[in-house]
Amino acid sequence: MGAQAPGAPLLAARGISHAYAGKLALDGVDFVLRAGEVHALMGQNGAGKSTLIKVLTGAETLQAGDITLGGQRITPTSTLDAQRLGISTVYQEVNLCPNLSVAENIFAGRQPYKSWTRGGGIDWRALNARASEVLESLDVDIDVKRELGSYSVAIQQMVAIARAIDISARVLILDEPTSSLDNDEVEQLFAALRRLRANGMGILFVTHFLDQVYAVCDRITVLRNGKLVGEYAAADLGHGALVAAMVGRGADVATPAPRSTVEAQAAAPESVLAARGLARRGAVSQVDFEIRRGEILGLAGLLGSGRTEVARLLFGLDRADAGTLRVQGDDVSFRDPAQAIDRGLGFCPEERKTEGIVEDLSIRDNIALTLQARQGLWRKLPAARVRELTDKLSRLLDIRAPDLDGTIGTLSGGNQQKCVIARALATEPCVLILDEPTRGIDVAGKTEIMNQLVELARAGLSIVFISAEIEELLRVSTRIVVMRDRVQVGTLERGCSEDDIYAMIAAAPAAASTSAAAPAAASASAAASANAGAPPGGAAS
Amino acid sequence: MRLMKHALFWPILTLALLIALNAAVNPGFLAIAWRDGHLYGNLIDILNRAAPLALVATGMTLVIAARGLDISVGAVVAIAAATAAVLIGGSLNLSGVESASEHPLWLAIAAALGVALACGLWNGVLVVGAGMQPIIATLILMVAGRGVAQLITGGQIITIYYPPYSYLGNGYLAGLPFAAVLAATVILATALLLARTPLGLYVRAIGINPVAARIAGVRARPITLALYGFCGLLAGVAGLIVSANVRSADANNAGQLMELDAILAVTLGGTALTGGKFSLAGTALGALIIQTLTSTIYSLGVPPEVNLVFKAALIFIVMLLQSAEFRASLLKIARRGEA
Amino acid sequence: MNVASPPMKARATRLRGLDRRLVPLAGTLALFLALVIFGAASYDAFLAPQVFLNLAIDNAFLCIVAIGMTFVILTGGIDLSVGSVLALTTMVAATLVERAHWSPWVVMPLVVAGGALFGAAQGFLIHRYRLQPFIVTLAGMFVARGVCYLIDTESIPINDPTFVSLAQLRIPVGGDNSLSSGAVVAIVTVLFAAWLAHATRFGRTVYAIGGNAKSAALMGLPVGATLVRVYAFSGACAALAGLVMSIYMLSGYSLHAVGLELDAIAAVVIGGTLLTGGVGYVAGTVVGVLILGVIQTLVIFNGTLSSWWTRIVIGVLLFVFCVAQRFIERGAAARADKRA
Repeated sequence: MGAQAPGAPLLAARGISHAYAGKLALDGVDFVLRAGEVHALMGQNGAGKSTLIKVLTGAETLQAGDITLGGQRITPTSTLDAQRLGISTVYQEVNLCPNLSVAENIFAGRQPYKSWTRGGGIDWRALNARASEVLESLDVDIDVKRELGSYSVAIQQMVAIARAIDISARVLILDEPTSSLDNDEVEQLFAALRRLRANGMGILFVTHFLDQVYAVCDRITVLRNGKLVGEYAAADLGHGALVAAMVGRGADVATPAPRSTVEAQAAAPESVLAARGLARRGAVSQVDFEIRRGEILGLAGLLGSGRTEVARLLFGLDRADAGTLRVQGDDVSFRDPAQAIDRGLGFCPEERKTEGIVEDLSIRDNIALTLQARQGLWRKLPAARVRELTDKLSRLLDIRAPDLDGTIGTLSGGNQQKCVIARALATEPCVLILDEPTRGIDVAGKTEIMNQLVELARAGLSIVFISAEIEELLRVSTRIVVMRDRVQVGTLERGCSEDDIYAMIAAAPAAASTSAAAPAAASASAAASANAGAPPGGAAS
Repeated sequence: MRLMKHALFWPILTLALLIALNAAVNPGFLAIAWRDGHLYGNLIDILNRAAPLALVATGMTLVIAARGLDISVGAVVAIAAATAAVLIGGSLNLSGVESASEHPLWLAIAAALGVALACGLWNGVLVVGAGMQPIIATLILMVAGRGVAQLITGGQIITIYYPPYSYLGNGYLAGLPFAAVLAATVILATALLLARTPLGLYVRAIGINPVAARIAGVRARPITLALYGFCGLLAGVAGLIVSANVRSADANNAGQLMELDAILAVTLGGTALTGGKFSLAGTALGALIIQTLTSTIYSLGVPPEVNLVFKAALIFIVMLLQSAEFRASLLKIARRGEA
Repeated sequence: MNVASPPMKARATRLRGLDRRLVPLAGTLALFLALVIFGAASYDAFLAPQVFLNLAIDNAFLCIVAIGMTFVILTGGIDLSVGSVLALTTMVAATLVERAHWSPWVVMPLVVAGGALFGAAQGFLIHRYRLQPFIVTLAGMFVARGVCYLIDTESIPINDPTFVSLAQLRIPVGGDNSLSSGAVVAIVTVLFAAWLAHATRFGRTVYAIGGNAKSAALMGLPVGATLVRVYAFSGACAALAGLVMSIYMLSGYSLHAVGLELDAIAAVVIGGTLLTGGVGYVAGTVVGVLILGVIQTLVIFNGTLSSWWTRIVIGVLLFVFCVAQRFIERGAAARADKRA
């Protein structure tokens, strides 16, 4: 494996462009991974990270550009093909079989056989011995005969890496490997990565956790909106500059100003929703905030920071392990969304296709569903009422549909999203939780919805609002809760700036000196080229 | 052709073809006469015999629509029949005088239906409460159910000498077989219930996207539980009809293979096995198709055992057509043919 | 590299000393022992060796079918056609030997190959068109049973000398006790299947598919080919069991083995194999078959209980094991949640 001189380009991609159904997800991206380096690939939602990985590993067919491995041109036709060429990927879900032993997982499909003189069949002793050896090279000491599922995710990942090594991988791609690990386990993973790096392996590391990037990576490639922003040495790029490169600050946002802005309101006394110390293992922790009537609470944070997890806790989709939740002063503990709805909460999920719309039902049925469900099992909403309600809501949100009685599957993504919002509004909740409500909607539509939200807040509705677009949050929020790496790191009141938010996100926990936001941002915005106001590409990153 | 797109087009066409085939082979097939105060003919016969299957299949339709399955219905039919038979009993009075039932008829019927409902709810608890896969959960009752039925009858085939009871299976109401009228009433009532209340909407939502339905506030768990209970209840009604028809309760054979026929009727009627949209009318047609198929085979002089092979062929065809991969393969072949 | 940090060690969580996959099997063995002890305590004649050998003799065909079913269930599938394939085999064998006068030594391998082909066809449909195993094998069950009836609705007695001598063959195993040829076939099948499951890549791929079919595919394992082979194996086992039955009963009959698939599934589940796939042992299935046999034996020894109690007890056992399996699954999911 030390055949490649360290520093020599190992995996090089040039001019990679990729489109999904006509929408460009990658636009002329160059990427170089050197032997003996750990290279981070970073970018926000829609930046094109996952598309690039899919193209490099053969999960998607190469459409434009070329890929070379060790100097030779390759066109992997499947992940299996890429594996044979020497590119192995370890995913977040650790694609191994939990019921097989550790050693078996490493050797699945390649188990050594005994000679016929010794009886034929799989040579378990050799298999177990070699498995132990490989794991030892990663400094992992476990009983390889036990089933994989009985070990922690951290160990399982090591086993996946061990398998990759044993298959003689030259390139190792790690997709979000640390999402399920605690700090000690992360350290151990990094120690293993450093060993592999010393042996000349090229490692591509995809993550959202900023600290980890700096802890183990040598170089960083940043993508934004399908284009390459730049490739940097980690030592040269400060936290603030990295964040700025990812979100493309400094460019003009050419969105029309909203019709009305949130005015300073006399503090409404009534507390509508209060969370104290809310936490759930593996999801989020230390969530503390309070919303009063008519306020809009924005949840800011980079992708993977835990915002959706907070929303799920509030709405009763997940149970909290710790902390309390109060709705209008009463302690509540929701076991089911129906309970939350009864209590006056409304929710608009992030993934509209899998969690939002009920595809084969009509648009009217979809919009009226929650209100209907609240009525119970026996009382059907009169058809006239449904018609009136859905007409009103679709006018309000400007839902473009040729026929509201047609199936919702015929609508565009943006319109489907509006239907889900309409559905939540139909029950006239006191708190509305919206997870990326404007995703997939064009600029004009976004403004419409934002205006609508402001109006509703004026009328007394409280809103929890998650959005990847900080400008949106800033425009309408009374208060912004900032999340980072699954922990709430602070709260900012209205009047704060984007700088403040990014500073809070970028602030490394130990380093006091990193109010690096201001000077670093200036240099990074020079590197930022794309128009951040353009809607993100079709495929999620 | 717009007509072809109608959901019930294929079931109706199949049924029509089968009847036409029968009529071609057997000229008297379509004849309906009025005898002994009621309608009489092959078609009436088909209606009568299809009734229990139609009931069972209706219950099955809703369970399947909610992404579930119940393979224990045959056993529940046997259990219900056994319960009623044991409670009625009756003895043969050689002088031919009407014998009395050991317990009031209403009690026997209520008990049988109650037991059937309990069986359905048992299945529901396993699926919803314990989170078992439906086929596994209902497998348990399928295995044990016949044993339970045998226990109830004490291992005997109990003959029911009680004319009022046999009315259920052999009587006529307004000229039509009572069993068919009962089945039609129940199915219509179910359809009305599903249309007039939001239940139909909930069942479809749960079947199409259970996650989204839950987020939208639909109480999927109690609804699914009720559906399994309802399926059991309808199987109970079918059990009453079957045992009334043959005037006996045979715990071993009553409802034998009925679950398979029910699933076939449901799929023929256009309900997808993956859940979501469903059609009660389609299921009723499916039951009629299966019964007509049996009659066709009989009238063709073909050994009745061939029935099974035909049913298998039907299942294969419907199953393949419902598979997206298969349709894609067909399209590819069609395109290659055009090129 | 940080020399000071210790190597990444980990103890496998939960049951120290007992691999988690063996827990269901342990339960099965415990149950079997409990039943045997109960039988020995209740009836004097219970512990006679021939009683246990009779278990093997009387349940030989169930055992063979259940072995095939084990592999199918290990992949997370199910095969409802085995009873009908068994019956069809008896019919075809009887017809070919008695009416067409073919040599038994040609017929026997032929029908087993036929069973394998039937199974392979089902496996192909399941994999290629992503159909549910339940419904494909249901249709297969109809087809096989239907063809049975087509051949003949009456039973066909077998008088062929080879078959008769095989039926009468008794292999002495010490003292006055003996095993039938069928029991020997069953034992050989068990040993072969155990070897397949633990010493071949095919067997290990079966477990991998049951554990996580998507991962198995990503790891490059031949999922499609293995699925087809698994159903072919099940079909072959059903056919082999059909041969054993046609020797045992010396007849071919379309009504043989009605409902046998349920007994096979029960034996597999009670034997500790998870219906979701990936966990289970051939040995467990054997114990499962023995448990079913012992229950039947106990009922017979009792004399007063109707034989239908067997059905109920099996149903109850099935229930207990399925619920227990759910708890194991839930525990695993909770642990995965905590770690994630």
